[in-house]
Amino acid sequence: MSDVRTAAPAGTASEPAGAVPPAAPRSPVRRFLSSSPAYMGLVLLLLVALFSALRPDAFPTAATGRNISLDISVLLVMAVGMTYVMVAGGFDLSIGSVLVFSGVVMAKTMIAIGGDGPLVVAAGIAASVGAGVAWGLLNGVCIAVLKVPALITTLGTMGAALGAAQLMTDGNDITDVPSALLTITASRPLGFSWLVYVAAAVALVGGLVLAFTRFGRHTYLIGSNEESARRAGIDVDRHLIKLYAISGGLAGVAGALSLIRFATTTISGHATDALQVITGVVLGGTSLYGGVGTVLGTVVGIFIPAVLQNGFVITHVQPYWQQVVIGFVLIAAVYVDRLKRRRRERS
Amino acid sequence: MSDPLLQASGIYKSYGHVEVLKGVDFTVERGEVTALIGDNGAGKSTLVKILSGALRPDRGEIRVAGRPVSFDSPQDAHALGIETVYQDLALAPELGSAENVFAGRELLKPGLLGRLGVLDRKTMRRRTQQAFIEMSTDVKDIDAPVAALSGGQRQSVAICRSVMWADKVIFMDEPTAALGVRQTGRVLQLIRRVADKGIAVVLISHNMPEVLQVADRVQVLRLGRRVAEFRAADTTVEELVGAMTGALEGKAA
Repeated sequence: MSDVRTAAPAGTASEPAGAVPPAAPRSPVRRFLSSSPAYMGLVLLLLVALFSALRPDAFPTAATGRNISLDISVLLVMAVGMTYVMVAGGFDLSIGSVLVFSGVVMAKTMIAIGGDGPLVVAAGIAASVGAGVAWGLLNGVCIAVLKVPALITTLGTMGAALGAAQLMTDGNDITDVPSALLTITASRPLGFSWLVYVAAAVALVGGLVLAFTRFGRHTYLIGSNEESARRAGIDVDRHLIKLYAISGGLAGVAGALSLIRFATTTISGHATDALQVITGVVLGGTSLYGGVGTVLGTVVGIFIPAVLQNGFVITHVQPYWQQVVIGFVLIAAVYVDRLKRRRRERS
Repeated sequence: MSDPLLQASGIYKSYGHVEVLKGVDFTVERGEVTALIGDNGAGKSTLVKILSGALRPDRGEIRVAGRPVSFDSPQDAHALGIETVYQDLALAPELGSAENVFAGRELLKPGLLGRLGVLDRKTMRRRTQQAFIEMSTDVKDIDAPVAALSGGQRQSVAICRSVMWADKVIFMDEPTAALGVRQTGRVLQLIRRVADKGIAVVLISHNMPEVLQVADRVQVLRLGRRVAEFRAADTTVEELVGAMTGALEGKAA
């Protein structure tokens, strides 16, 4: 308290400055431990411990780690974008279709250029990301400028993007991809697929930007109270457009990753991607009402269904149970979030 | 005598055929709490919106420290050191006090990190804490989400935010309307301290005893005109109510 400036002129002496004891903030560690990502992290650790105890020979192995991390990498890339959109109080149902559309654009681009080699792949990836950003911009303009609700806008583009992808391919998957893609899939530095590294990098950068930069702070402010953000001079519409463009762009990245992994456009395989991603994001503690959420939580939330799925397969439980369990866990997680909110608002 | 800090003269504003302000004059002085009172529909909020940049007048002149100005947006008013504490406070409930105080005005770290947009959270927290101590608010935990604070504490956060950015005028729209007795007392003390810093506070209130307790001057609007101006020390609740309702015509102090 030695650095208290008393800028107030004399005459304020009715109550001496510093009469109130300085804040006794909760330590960051305690704050973290009471947060949703920490709870869900604990759940994740318990699941891993449980399956490891049940099948010590099969579950806690490098192969399982590789499988799970590869399974989640495509979803995680999209989930980072979804975290931004949902922290800002929005919603993006279109990502699965945008993934498909971007993958098709990437395959078509590579075919059009022809030949093989890293440059062709790079051009394809750029086209894929560009296509994703374009859908995202369309979403953003409809939502921020035309004020069409996010749910409806992205429901519309979800149908439109998939339809457009099917128009471009006559509904048939493109499997004619350069063999350079297969080289990428085959190479596994330190045992992990390239996809995993890309997903990790996206999550790391996305998490740091959301937590520590002005861009991230504005995202929280808009999600928490759009009107107050406007009054504080933040260009809300512009920011929202950027967020949907990021979400679309990351769906484009995911489209490229998916094409690289499967060497086919998997047109019919992504109808539930958006729902899976939203499930993971919400499990990770991001609020449906905006203003709350972290990328770290999203990583945990995306891992939980994947670990359950793999664990059930390994322990010979019918893997369909995964969907049942995750469904109820999701409901429970949102219920707990509501309870915490209500208790806080009553205090 | 020097120019008034904020002076509006002959302000007119109509919505369609309804003339809400019919040539209002209004002045505020440094370091004073000026209460703006009037019955519903007298034009108080329209006048405040005009003076804080949220609305443009049809006619009339606004001078800040003697210089004519025109506001296109609240940001123009902010740039001149004029802030508004809205009745709904305009806080982000999920975020902490420091985050709210610096909303839209975030400080960045020096050097490369700052150029990447990295926030200087430590300085923002310290300056928020400093402002709270200086204003003797009772917000204990500046990291707690604003939704977890009491109504009075939230009001304190909103007022401290405007104090940090305003060096001239702060408009406060019914700052105690939703508060209990004790919290109202604290907020009134806080308003007094703001004025003692040399800032002009314009207090809009329906609560006459409260107005007399905290204000230096009272200006009364009725049917879109300023009908009376009193020194708070020389007037009574009856006189104020009389001026508001038109039962008696007050004289300028």
